[in-house]
Amino acid sequence: MTTDAWFAGVTSDESDGPDDTDEAVAHIREGRADAPADWPAQAVESGFAATEEEYYQKLRAATLAAARTAAAERERADDKQLVHAVRAMDDAERTANELAERLAEWAGTLFDDAGSGVGYARELAGREAETPAEQPVVSFAGRVADLADEADDLREFIERRAPDVAPNLAEMAGPVLAARLMSLAGGLDALAKKPSGTVQVLGAEDALFAHLAGRATSPKHGVIFTHEYVRGTRSEDRGSAARAFAGKLTLAARVDHYGDEFKQELHDDLRERIETIRARADEGDEDGGDDE
Amino acid sequence: MSDRDQSLPSGVERRTFDERERLATQGLPVYGEPTDGDWRVWDAGRSKLGAMLELGMDTGLVGDETVLYLGAASGTTVSHVADFAGPTYAVEFAPRPVRDLVGVAEDRDNLFPLLKDARKPETYAHVVEADVDVLVQDVATRGQARVAARNAQFLRDDGRLLAAIKARSEDVTADPSDVFDDVVDELAEAFEILETTRLDRFHDDHLGVVARPK
Repeated sequence: MTTDAWFAGVTSDESDGPDDTDEAVAHIREGRADAPADWPAQAVESGFAATEEEYYQKLRAATLAAARTAAAERERADDKQLVHAVRAMDDAERTANELAERLAEWAGTLFDDAGSGVGYARELAGREAETPAEQPVVSFAGRVADLADEADDLREFIERRAPDVAPNLAEMAGPVLAARLMSLAGGLDALAKKPSGTVQVLGAEDALFAHLAGRATSPKHGVIFTHEYVRGTRSEDRGSAARAFAGKLTLAARVDHYGDEFKQELHDDLRERIETIRARADEGDEDGGDDE
Repeated sequence: MSDRDQSLPSGVERRTFDERERLATQGLPVYGEPTDGDWRVWDAGRSKLGAMLELGMDTGLVGDETVLYLGAASGTTVSHVADFAGPTYAVEFAPRPVRDLVGVAEDRDNLFPLLKDARKPETYAHVVEADVDVLVQDVATRGQARVAARNAQFLRDDGRLLAAIKARSEDVTADPSDVFDDVVDELAEAFEILETTRLDRFHDDHLGVVARPK
């Protein structure tokens, strides 16, 4: 069976219905052969095409469709890599900070100039231990610094890959927040299916459930708070900004998932909308509370 | 108009753009390259095959060949190949560039994009025809000689392998000359090496190779 051409078994009706194309595309994508052969001549011989010219036309249609669908599928699968990477980055960063605190406490007993944080761990890791007692502390600092480096590498990976996987979402939210939204939703496909009200509070699930239980007001924003569009807007207008931002993020995720191209209008629209919301601060408050 | 350059295939000419002589082919523009009527610049700085032609290597190309192109990436170079060649099969493994490659192929009747791994020819031997005239290889992967050897089965007896060997893909730390020696030695097991030229003027640490099957 491994000597079959991609067109073997594909019907060559005049109709050229969608089923035939699907079949041909599947053969191009999944077929195999041990060796090439004179496929154009065989196609004419077998009646798949009347002429070699017609064969090449059919080959072109089938390879274009196969490459398009195969590339889209593989690219979509790449969102799962981003989801894992951003979760690993968060874990590595959090753990590095926790260990840096432990290190600061320990180092404070040995060094007069002991500092704190990951920066201090990096500094200490570069030092030579002068006494046997200092040795384990310096070694521990080295592990903390390595873990912080790993988090930085993961961030770099996300910054490099997110614009390929979701160009509009990465442009709008920034690569890391884009990956984080995909992570919270469970992937780009899941994010693209969520209503914008859900996207607005992704990452604020605790606050949302407290609200639903009647114990708190509804949260205005989840993880999108980390973006300048939300955080940089004064608190009275932050709900409006978060809602506008979430609305466009939802559109961006849908364009990235279902379509392919970069949509500049989407980004221009959002910038304009945020500027309008922020202009309220200059106009007084008379029309500022309508969104909350 | 300029004189026909005998080392260039028909369909590729040296033409003047902004007072500079540059390679050009006829076809729809792909990446914002300068155009003059329906001629468009084939930038040797962006294309290793373009650099091989620019440097006067004897590629044996005459025009209208059937071509198997390995490592087509976004289709920058292969679009020029499809402008002067016949049926052109373009293999690329990474999905993102294939999205652009499909766009390039949509504007051309003779360009067939394949999202396949050039190290596994059995996954496209049911599509790519036997006895192609030219095998172009520009893959940034370890084992470039092995990729060429595995794909030699597609070439006709007196066909040509036109390969751009990237030293850093084999070994980032080694001296490029040593890497090239090793790769050419390995290539010589399956091919007769006709010419090698460093492409450094246009592409750092790349070697252009013209060879034919043994």
